[in-house]
Amino acid sequence: MVERSGRNNRERRSVAPCMSTGAWILVAAVVLALAVGLWRAATDGRFRGTHRVRAGEAAGSGAVPADREAEAVETPPGAVLVAEVGETLGERATLLQFSSAFCAPCRATRRVLADVAGVVPGVAHVEVDAEHHLEAVRRLGVLRTPTTIVLAADGTEVTRAAGAPRKEQVLAALATVE
Amino acid sequence: MSTIHERATGAATPTDTPAGIDPRGPQLTAALTAVVLAAVLLLAPHPAGVALLAVQAVFFAIGAVAGVQRTPHAWLFRTVVRPRLAPPAELEDPAPPRFAQGVGLAFALVGLVALLAGATVVGQVAVGLALVAALLNALFAFCLGCELYLVGARLRAAG
Repeated sequence: MVERSGRNNRERRSVAPCMSTGAWILVAAVVLALAVGLWRAATDGRFRGTHRVRAGEAAGSGAVPADREAEAVETPPGAVLVAEVGETLGERATLLQFSSAFCAPCRATRRVLADVAGVVPGVAHVEVDAEHHLEAVRRLGVLRTPTTIVLAADGTEVTRAAGAPRKEQVLAALATVE
Repeated sequence: MSTIHERATGAATPTDTPAGIDPRGPQLTAALTAVVLAAVLLLAPHPAGVALLAVQAVFFAIGAVAGVQRTPHAWLFRTVVRPRLAPPAELEDPAPPRFAQGVGLAFALVGLVALLAGATVVGQVAVGLALVAALLNALFAFCLGCELYLVGARLRAAG
C-alpha cells in the first residue's frame, strides 16, 4: 500500500509540471516539420540563379593566380560532365539532371525533362547519377537530388532548380536561354 | 493520366523499375509512424513509452529488411485504404522509402538505447528527429532520409 502510493506520487510529480520535456520536443518537431515542409513546397522546382560565382571561386582559389584567363579558356564543369558520360550538349540548351538511387521525385523529374527535350527542338536531357560523379557534384555545388541545371549551348550554367520542377517551370527557364 | 497508370500496372516496361508502389502507401506508413512517435514522446520515461518505441523499431526493421510492401502498415493500406482511393497518378520506386525506413530504424535504436540507459532527453531528441522526418513524409510526401543519402555520399567521399 505504502509502496504503491509512493510510486504514484513519483509518477504524478514527473507528469505534473504543465508540460513535460517530451511534450515540448513534440511541439518543436511539429513546428520544424511544418516550417521545412512549407519552405520546400514553396521553393521546390523553382529555377533561380546559378552557382557560377561560387564554382568560379572554387576553381580559381586553389589553382593558378591568373584565374581570370584560365576561367575563360576552361571548359565549364557542366560541359565536362556531359562529355564524361558520353552525351553531347543540346544545340540550344541542355537539361542536366542529377539523380540518386534513393530519390522518389527523380523519376517524375526524368519524365518532365525528357518530355520537354522531346518537344523543344535543340534541347537535350542528360541524367547523371550524382553518387558516381561526386567530383562534378562538388564543383557544381549540387546538394540535393533531383537538381536540374540548365546549360547554354556552350555548356555554361544558366540557371538551376532543386527539387522536381513542373513542365511550365522548365519551359520558362529555357525561354531565358538565348 | 490513365495511360501512365496502365503502363505502370501492366507488364513492366523493360527500362522502368518493375513493381512500383503506390506513393500513398509510404505516406500512410509515415502518418501512423508519426502518431506512434508522438505517443512515445508524451509517455517517454515511462516503460509504456519505451515499449512503444521498441515496437516502432521492429516496424522500421521490417520495412528496411523485408521491404516497405511487407510492413503491417502496407497491409492496412492495401486492404482498407487503397480500395477507397482512385488509382495513383503514377507508381513509385520502393527503394527510397525502404532506405528511409533504415534511417528511421537508426534513430529509433539510438532513442531506445538512450531511454534504457536513463539519458531521457537524448532519447527524446532522437525520437523527435525521427518524428520530423515522419511528418515531412506524411504531410508533404517529402523523404528526408532519402536526401541524407547524397549528403552522406559526399561526406564519405570527402573523408
